[in-house]
Amino acid sequence: MATPSFDTSGFRARRNRSRIAMALCLAATLIGLTCLAFVLGTLLVKGLSGLSLRVFTEMTPPPGSDGGLLNAIAGSLIMTILAVALGAPIGILAGTYMAEYGRHDRLTNVIRFINDILLSAPSIVIGLFVYTVVVAPMRHFSGFAGAIGLAIIVIPVVIRTTEDMLRLVPDQLREAAASVGMPRAIMIRHIAYKAARAGMITGVLLAVARISGETAPLLFTALNSQFWSLDLNAPMASLPAVIFQFALSPYADWQRLAWTGALLITITVLALSILARTLGQKGQST
Amino acid sequence: MTTAVINRSATAGRQGALARLRRNDLLFKNLTYTAAIFVLILLGAVAISLLIGAWPAILAFGPGFITTQSWNPVTEKFGGLAPIYGTLVTSFIAMLFAVPVGIGIAVFLTEACPKPLRRPIGTAIELLAGIPSIIFGIWGLFVLAPFLQTTVQPALIAAFGSVPVLSSLFAGPPYGIGILTASLILAIMVLPFITAVSRDVFETVPPVLKEAAYGLGCTRWEVVRNVVIPHTRVGIIGGIMLGLGRALGETMAVTFVIGNAHKISSSLLAPGTTISATIANEFTEAVGDLYSSSLVLLGLILFVISLIVLSLARYLLWRLERREQG
Repeated sequence: MATPSFDTSGFRARRNRSRIAMALCLAATLIGLTCLAFVLGTLLVKGLSGLSLRVFTEMTPPPGSDGGLLNAIAGSLIMTILAVALGAPIGILAGTYMAEYGRHDRLTNVIRFINDILLSAPSIVIGLFVYTVVVAPMRHFSGFAGAIGLAIIVIPVVIRTTEDMLRLVPDQLREAAASVGMPRAIMIRHIAYKAARAGMITGVLLAVARISGETAPLLFTALNSQFWSLDLNAPMASLPAVIFQFALSPYADWQRLAWTGALLITITVLALSILARTLGQKGQST
Repeated sequence: MTTAVINRSATAGRQGALARLRRNDLLFKNLTYTAAIFVLILLGAVAISLLIGAWPAILAFGPGFITTQSWNPVTEKFGGLAPIYGTLVTSFIAMLFAVPVGIGIAVFLTEACPKPLRRPIGTAIELLAGIPSIIFGIWGLFVLAPFLQTTVQPALIAAFGSVPVLSSLFAGPPYGIGILTASLILAIMVLPFITAVSRDVFETVPPVLKEAAYGLGCTRWEVVRNVVIPHTRVGIIGGIMLGLGRALGETMAVTFVIGNAHKISSSLLAPGTTISATIANEFTEAVGDLYSSSLVLLGLILFVISLIVLSLARYLLWRLERREQG
C-alpha cells in the first residue's frame, strides 16, 4: 500500500515566486521612500546653509551681492491670501449646492466631473487663460492677475472637500433642524457647516498647500519683481518665481538663495499638509 | 380688545419674518447655484479663450502645425511636433518607471506591510505628492542631472553602444539634462498618485474573496495576481491615467531639466522640450502675435490631450465606484 505522497516541489516553487514578488514590492517601497528622503535631505543641507535672518529682512539682491527673499515672501503671502479669499468662498458655496440642494441632480454629477478635471488640469494652461483674460486687456502684469490664477486652482480643491465633508454630515441632523422649523439656509449655515467645519478647514489648508508652491500660473501673470512692492496693480515677486529665476542663473549666491527659498516652501507645504491631516482626522473621529 | 390687536400685529410680524426667511433661503440657494454654475463656465471659458488666442496660429499653419518640426521665431515658421513628441515621450517613459513601482508599493502596503508601519509609510508617500513641482525641478537640476551625467549616462552609452537599436536610443554625449532626466523626475512625481489610487482600490476588495483564496492554499502573490488585481483592474487603470494626466501637464520640474531644445532626437539622453516647458520658457519673451499665438495653440493641444486622458481616468474610476455601490 502506497502512502500518499505530496509533491512539495511545486508548492516550494510557488512559495518562492510569492516571496520574490513580495520582495520586489518591498524594494519598490524602499525606492519610493529613498526618493523622498533624498529630496528632503538635499533640500535641508543646501537650504539650511543659506538660511539666516537676512533672508527674511532683505530684498532679492542683484547678482554678486548679498540679500534676502523678503519681497518674494511678502508677494507670495499676499497673493496666496488674496487667492484663498477669492477662491474659497466660491468653492464652499459650489460644494454646498452639490451636497445640500442638488444632491440628486444630474447637474451635480456634471459639475463633479468637470471639477475633477479642473483639479488636475495643467496649471500652465490656467496661466495662459489668466494671461488672455486679465493681463492682455490690462496691458500689464500684476499681482492681482497672479492671485486670480491661484484662485482658479483653489476652487476645485475646496469644492471637492466641501462636498465630501457635507455629505458625511448625518441626515438626522438636517431632519431635526427641519422639524423645529428651521429654514434650509439657516440649517446649512448653522448645523451642517458646524458639523463639517474641521473637514472644510482641512480643504482650505490643502488648497493653500497646493498653491504655495505653484509656479506655472504666476510666470506670465504676476511675473516677478526685484523690488519691494505691495501694489497689486504692478508685477509682484513670489517665492516660486524667484526660485525659478535664481536657480537657472549662473550665479552661485543666487542659486544658494533659490535653495533656501525651496526649503521655505517645502517646510510650509509639509506643515500645512500635516496640519490638514491631523485636523481632518479629528473631524472624522468626533 | 387689546388681545386681538396684539394677535393681529403678532401674525403680521410672524408673516413678515417668514417672508424674510423665505427670501433669504432663496437667496442663499441661488448663491450656491451660481457658484456651482461658475465652475462649468470656468472650464468653458478656459477652452474658449485658448481657442481665440490660438486662432491666428490655426489659420496660419492649419493641421500641419502638429506634424511640423521647425520652430523659428525669426521667420515666424512654427510647428509643434518637437514639444508634442517630448510631452508624449517623457510621460510615457515616466509611466514605465512609475507604474510598476507605484503598484508595487500599493501591494506592499495592503498585503505585506506590518500593521504599525502601514500608516507612516502611506503618509510619507502621500507627502511626496504634496511637494511642489519646482522643488523637484531644482533637485533634478542640481542633484539628479549631475549624478546621471557622471555615472548612469556614460554607463548606458558604453553598455548599449554596440547594440543596434539601443545604441541610437542611448547615444552620447551625456548632457545630464534631457529627455531621460525629465522622465525620471516625472516618474518620481506621479508615483504617489498611482500608489494612492491603487491602494484605495485594493482596499475595496472584499476580504471574503481574499480569505477564500488563501483558504484554497494560494500564496500571497497568487492572491494579489488572481484575486486583487483582476478585481480592481478598472480602478488601477484609472489611477494610471490620473498619473498620466499629471505627467503630461507637469511644467516646472520638466522645464528645469529638459534642456529646451526644439528638435527631435532619437537619443533619450539628448535635450528636448515639452509643451509646458516651451510655454514656460518662451511665453513672456514671445514677440509678435504669431509667436505667442503658436504658444497658445500648444497650450490648447496640451489642454485637449490632458482633458481626454483625465476624462477617461475619471470615467473608469466612476464606473468602479458605481459597481461598488450597486
